[in-house]
Amino acid sequence: MEATVTTANSEEKTWGGGNEPMGASYGKLMMWFFIVSDALTFSGFLAAYGFSRFKFIETWPLADEVFTHFPFMHGVSAPMYYVALMTFILIFSSVTMVLAVDAGHQMKKNKVVLYMFLTIIGGLIFVGSQAWEWKNFIKGEYGAIETKGGSLLQFVDKDGKRVALAEFAATLPEDREQLTRSKGKWFMDEPSLPTYSVAEVQAGFKAHPELLIRTEVITNEKQKTILSRQESELRLSQASYVVEGANLQRNEYGSKLFADFFFFITGFHGFHVFSGVIINIIIFFNVLIGTYEKRGSYEMVEKVGLYWHFVDLVWVFVFTVFYLV
Amino acid sequence: MSHEHVSNTGRIWKVFGILSAVTIVEVYLGILKPDFLFMNDFLSMNLLNWIFYILTIFKAYYIVWAFMHIEGEKSSLRSAVVFPVIFLILYLLFILLTEGNYVYEVFKNSTIKWNF
Repeated sequence: MEATVTTANSEEKTWGGGNEPMGASYGKLMMWFFIVSDALTFSGFLAAYGFSRFKFIETWPLADEVFTHFPFMHGVSAPMYYVALMTFILIFSSVTMVLAVDAGHQMKKNKVVLYMFLTIIGGLIFVGSQAWEWKNFIKGEYGAIETKGGSLLQFVDKDGKRVALAEFAATLPEDREQLTRSKGKWFMDEPSLPTYSVAEVQAGFKAHPELLIRTEVITNEKQKTILSRQESELRLSQASYVVEGANLQRNEYGSKLFADFFFFITGFHGFHVFSGVIINIIIFFNVLIGTYEKRGSYEMVEKVGLYWHFVDLVWVFVFTVFYLV
Repeated sequence: MSHEHVSNTGRIWKVFGILSAVTIVEVYLGILKPDFLFMNDFLSMNLLNWIFYILTIFKAYYIVWAFMHIEGEKSSLRSAVVFPVIFLILYLLFILLTEGNYVYEVFKNSTIKWNF
């Protein structure tokens, strides 16, 4: 390496110290290498998601049936629109960030302040949207039944339209109280009970002959399999658990791993956005009190900008992998 | 520091336009799912998913090149960042997806019934 020299100062040895062989300051270089390692972390997660999906390729949930909510539009199935909006918000906040960096190069403090502020607002809206998305995902919409073997049964009417448990479950004169610590004999408790018991769902299904059961298995037409009435009754007799919404153990959408990966990957990304907003706020106030004006360089804005664009970059992949494919 | 300090807001807005257009196309295709793309496979993945992945990489290119401005860095820095990521991700995907598919086939062809 002794022979390699930069054009900037050809007298010195490039890697001999006191020099910037890659033409970037120490801080910027380290931000780049941090981004490389973080990119590999995220690809590890997404590849693990791909592994599990390939493993259960015939029973994986269909994304456009899971994410169908849009604010203020109840009961309207609007797949994709909301995440598309979130994607736009994040891309736009990336644009304002790069405009802030651009203004920083020209030492225009007021413009940097304005664009940093817009970036922070965009980031906050995105995190809020993510929280709303999680809320809908956790709450669920239709409910489902888990069988003894661990597969998931959903309910549809004659036209193949999903039916919620609340629409047909019978009310039986049974009452099971949740076991809490205060009532348990010895450190015993259980998670909150589902709204309906298995017996209530079975009785309700019997009383509604138009209902059918939909299994997780994907057909050649890339739809979920709908069983005949006889098969449905047979499958329902093996029911063992009522699933409502999603948690880390089970979810009403299908494969248990689906919710785990959703929580983990979008959660980890959301955490990145959140920390990005915090770092942006710190830099914003530094710009405001003129730290970088005095320093004569807005390179700090550029560094935090790199991180912010990276968060946007990851979202582009998460969007594709979770919502489109 | 050695960058030219010219304003390139024009390019920024152009890239924003490209990214938005690509996202709109993705969402449009994702909602419509045209059968001729969705039902036809190429290398055991349907054409629609191929389009999604290609468009995603297209978007990623513009974010890294224009927004993160790696196009203005020295080629040594560009190579040090881009090549390890591309190589390691391809390697990781190859290993994990092959193995995932193998586990699927074991479940499918074995005498053990696992989903009932």
